[in-house]
Amino acid sequence: MHNTNYIIRFVLIITAVVAIVLALMSNGLKPIHDKNEAIYNKKAILSAIADHLGKDLGSLSDDEIIEIFNNQISQTVIDMDGKVVDEQTMVSLGYKDGSAESVDMGKEMKKSEADRLLPLYTYKKADGEDFYVVNVRGKGLWDEIWGCIALEKDLNTIAGVAFDHKAETPGLGAEIKDNIAWKNQFTGKKLFTNDGEFKSVYVRKGGAKDPVYEVDGISGATITADGVTEMLARGIKYYQPYLNTIKQ
Amino acid sequence: MAEVKVAEKKESAFQFGKKERKLLIDPLNDNNPITVQVLGICSALAVTTLMDKAIVMAIAVIFVLALSNLFTSLLRAYIPKQVRMIVQLVIIATLVTVVELALKAIDYNIYKELSVFIGLIITNCIIMGRLEAFAMGNSPWKSFLDGIGNGLGYGIILIIVAFIRELFGKGTVLGAKVIGPNADYLINTSDSWLFGWYANNNLMVLFPSAMFVIGVLIWIHRGIINKSLVDVS
Repeated sequence: MHNTNYIIRFVLIITAVVAIVLALMSNGLKPIHDKNEAIYNKKAILSAIADHLGKDLGSLSDDEIIEIFNNQISQTVIDMDGKVVDEQTMVSLGYKDGSAESVDMGKEMKKSEADRLLPLYTYKKADGEDFYVVNVRGKGLWDEIWGCIALEKDLNTIAGVAFDHKAETPGLGAEIKDNIAWKNQFTGKKLFTNDGEFKSVYVRKGGAKDPVYEVDGISGATITADGVTEMLARGIKYYQPYLNTIKQ
Repeated sequence: MAEVKVAEKKESAFQFGKKERKLLIDPLNDNNPITVQVLGICSALAVTTLMDKAIVMAIAVIFVLALSNLFTSLLRAYIPKQVRMIVQLVIIATLVTVVELALKAIDYNIYKELSVFIGLIITNCIIMGRLEAFAMGNSPWKSFLDGIGNGLGYGIILIIVAFIRELFGKGTVLGAKVIGPNADYLINTSDSWLFGWYANNNLMVLFPSAMFVIGVLIWIHRGIINKSLVDVS
C-alpha cells in the first residue's frame, strides 16, 4: 500500500505528462485537421453538382478541389430578406470573412429565424451554365441532418443533392448519405408548380406517386425521410426572396 | 555472479518462445474475447454494418490494447493499488485520443463515420479486462503480445461479422457489389441465374442481426471448430 502523499504525486505527474502529450499532438496536427475539414466541406458542396464537374469527384485531388472553388465557384451570403450581406458586415458580425464557407449552418439554425444568414454557391460550368447550390439543415431521427441542393439556372429544377447527418442509424437513416441510387432520384425534380407556386420535393413513404415532385422513401427510415422533406420545404424556401431577385 | 544473472534476464526479455506464441494465438481460438469470454459485444454490434469500418476499428483496438497493456505493465510497480483503475483509464483514454487525432489527420472521411465509436473504445471491456487481468502482473513484452493477440482475436470476429452483415444486408463486400441485381463483377448481366435473384435483407443492417450472427459464430466455434471448449461431463 502506498501512502496518500505518493498517490497524489503519482496522479499529478501522470496527468501532467498526458496533458502535455495530447496538447502537443492536438496543436501539431491542427493545420492538417483544419485543412481536412475544409476539403471535406468543399467536397460536400461539389458532390451536389457532381454530374456537372466533368470529372469524377472521387478522383479529384485536394488541390483540384481548391482550384475549382477558386476559379469556378463564387460565394455569396444572403440574409432572410434576400439581401446580399457584404464582407464588412460579416466581419463585424463575428464571421471569419465574407465567404459563404464561413457561415456554419448549425450555428445559424440556433438563431431566431429572421437573423439567419444563408450561404449560396454559384458554380459556373465550363460551358458557361450556372448552377446554384443552397444549404439546408433540419432534424433527423437522432440528431441533425443537413444537405446541399444544387439548382439549375431556371432555379426550379434540382441538378443534384448531397445529404449528411450527425447520428442517423447506419443502413437506415444514414442511407440519405450512403445510398447513391436514392439520392439520384432528386435529380430533375421540380420545386415549383406550373403556376409558379413553391411546392418543394416530398419524400413519400411507400413510393413516389408524383413523378415530378416526389421521391421514394427509405424503408425503415420514415422519420429521417420526413426530416428530409421538412428540411427541403423550409430550407429552400429561405432562399426564395433572393432567388426571386435573380430570376427577374 | 548476480550481475551476470541480471544481464541474462535482460537478454531474454524479448524472446519469442512457446509461451509468447501462446499469448498471441490463444485469444484467436481458445480464449477469444468475443466468442469465448463474450466481451466487447457493444462495439461488435455498432461497427459491423460495413467491413471498412470494422477493419479500421480492429486496427484502432489492436493499437490501443497493445500500447495500453505495454504502458500499464511498465508502470505496474509504481501504480498505487488504490487508484489503479483510474490510472488505467487515463492510459486508455490518452491512447484513444491519440488514435482519434491521428485518424482525423489521416482519413477524415472514416473519422467522420467512426468518430463516436472510436471514443467508445475507452469503454471496451476487453481493454480494461486485459489491463486488470494481465498487464498488472506480467512483463511489458508479454503484455504487449497479449494486447496484440487479444486485439487480433477481437478484430477477426469483428471482420467476420461485418463481412456477413455487409454481404447479406447490402450485397457488397468492401463496397463492391457482389450479389444481387446490378452486381459489379462475378456476374455481368442483371438477369443472371447466379446471384441476381438476391434481394438485400434489411434485417442484417440492423443491430439485432449482429447478435444473431455472433450467436451463430459462438455456436460454430464451440460445436465444430473447437469442441474442447464445451464441458461435456
